[in-house]
Amino acid sequence: MPLSLQEVEHIAKLARLKLTNEQKARYREQLEAILDHVAKLQELDTQDVPPTASVSVGQMPLRADESRPGLSTDALLENAPKQADGQFQIPPVFE
Amino acid sequence: MSELTELSLKEMQTGLREGQFSSHELVEAALERIAQLEPSLHAFLHVAAEPALKQANEADNAEAQQSATKGYAAPLQGIPVAVKDVLTVEDMPATAGSKILEGFMPPYTATAVKRLQEAGAIVIGKTNMDEFAMGSSTENSAYGVTYNPWDLTRVPGGSSGGSAAAVAARLVPAALGTDTGGSVRQPASFCGVTGLKPTYGRVSRYGLIAFGSSLDCVGVFGRTAEDVAVIFEIMAGHDPRDATSATVEVGSLLIALRSAQGESLHGLRIGVPQEYFIEGMQVEVQEKTRAAITQLEALGAEVHEISLPHTEYALPVYYILAPAEASANLARFDGVRYGPRVEADTLWDVFFKTRGEKFGAEVTRRIMLGTYALSAGYYDAYYGQAQKVRTLIKRDFETAFEKVDLIACPSAPTTAFKIGAHTGDPLAMYLEDVFTLPASLAGVPGISFPVGFDSTDLPIGMQLLAPHFREDVLLGATHAYQQATDWHKRRPLTEDGRP
Repeated sequence: MPLSLQEVEHIAKLARLKLTNEQKARYREQLEAILDHVAKLQELDTQDVPPTASVSVGQMPLRADESRPGLSTDALLENAPKQADGQFQIPPVFE
Repeated sequence: MSELTELSLKEMQTGLREGQFSSHELVEAALERIAQLEPSLHAFLHVAAEPALKQANEADNAEAQQSATKGYAAPLQGIPVAVKDVLTVEDMPATAGSKILEGFMPPYTATAVKRLQEAGAIVIGKTNMDEFAMGSSTENSAYGVTYNPWDLTRVPGGSSGGSAAAVAARLVPAALGTDTGGSVRQPASFCGVTGLKPTYGRVSRYGLIAFGSSLDCVGVFGRTAEDVAVIFEIMAGHDPRDATSATVEVGSLLIALRSAQGESLHGLRIGVPQEYFIEGMQVEVQEKTRAAITQLEALGAEVHEISLPHTEYALPVYYILAPAEASANLARFDGVRYGPRVEADTLWDVFFKTRGEKFGAEVTRRIMLGTYALSAGYYDAYYGQAQKVRTLIKRDFETAFEKVDLIACPSAPTTAFKIGAHTGDPLAMYLEDVFTLPASLAGVPGISFPVGFDSTDLPIGMQLLAPHFREDVLLGATHAYQQATDWHKRRPLTEDGRP
């Protein structure tokens, strides 16, 4: 399954990954090999087969829709690389 | 005191209750052995020596305050265990083997771990793993490979390689792992220990850093089926914090094991799928697996040849679905809320640079693959088709389990391979999972345990698979086998840190 460099760049952009030119070339080659292998799936006629999204068996009960105590803002901010005024800090999005 | 580390979890329980030794002595012995062998194994990413000793003292004091006849009240009280670094434990770092979570201190503990702690277990440390559990060798850890205790030039398997190596090398009696496509069963096979992947949904995923959410299972390594059963029984069961966690009752596994004596497997129907004995796999693996099946027959089981016709499609299905789910799950790592940030002038560049620099090669590859499979124009051909073929694989198992109670097959096509053997060839690495992937896709439980050794003295594992929620049958049959054989008692020679 041939993959163009432009396609690799497009995927990397969708996935928010900054890649070097050397990485792009390598992933292009490796992804082509993997896609060649998975092309095997096209052998099967699945027209009447429903898809499986989950293998959960039985009921999945919903919890009660009520407010409960959770983690504190401080506890959640503790791991942030940058924080200010009880919020995550990021570079400005709008000037 | 090194003989304390030789004890199984059951023996530790008994010894503590009978006052043969204290929890402090157990934990100290484990820490000494870790200090002695870690330089050659690198099974751990974090060892919590001080907190573990403190908890051991608390367990001993709690015991002292109780009446002498009562014994250590909680089932795991005072017993050290290890946890794969993909499960969160409060006050311990959780990296998932990735640089993108370096320094992350989770604010809560995973349910599976919490239940062990509530039963008295002492988490002695976090074990090494392939980054985000993506890999079959632990070579994808951003913090260096774990070495196989049976041969330090070989991989321990993966992704839960640190946990498997820690149990094999007698650093801990049991350790938690996770299994998305074989990450408990394959390293159990490579390291000669017993490893259980429960039914999907059987153990809560709360606090498990997500990889493939429709596949991820929390599992456990021990030296015997009995030890694995003790841990599994405690951590299994419904958890309201995980919407996919099953409400099916776990039942008492120990009763199932107790009845497994003598010709205990009488009437048990075991299916042997022809698709798991293929060209290209190591001949000794086939031979030892066949011999183990004969042994199960001698214990009273009926053996039937069966077919799981879509087995060969499990690999392509998995390598579409798991990366697709991973690409979505790993979108949360962006340098904003946790982990390090690569600074840049715009938010956009923070995302690109942080993710570009901090994810390792395999994780990047799978994010790319998953993003591609889900992208406009390719979704139906890849993701949609893979989901349909997953149905066919699931049906294979449903059909098989109408005729048999268990399926027996090899855990992996080979014994542990050399470090670096598959570097640069991701597809060759993926093929290592060819026998564990189908059960993951079907969501059925599986166990791997040692059934012999190859000509270079590397352990060979066999896999048993059962219908959904029949871990009792898996563990019962494995226990019966281990009562009749002693492969699981063999240990690697790592006294001086050398094989």
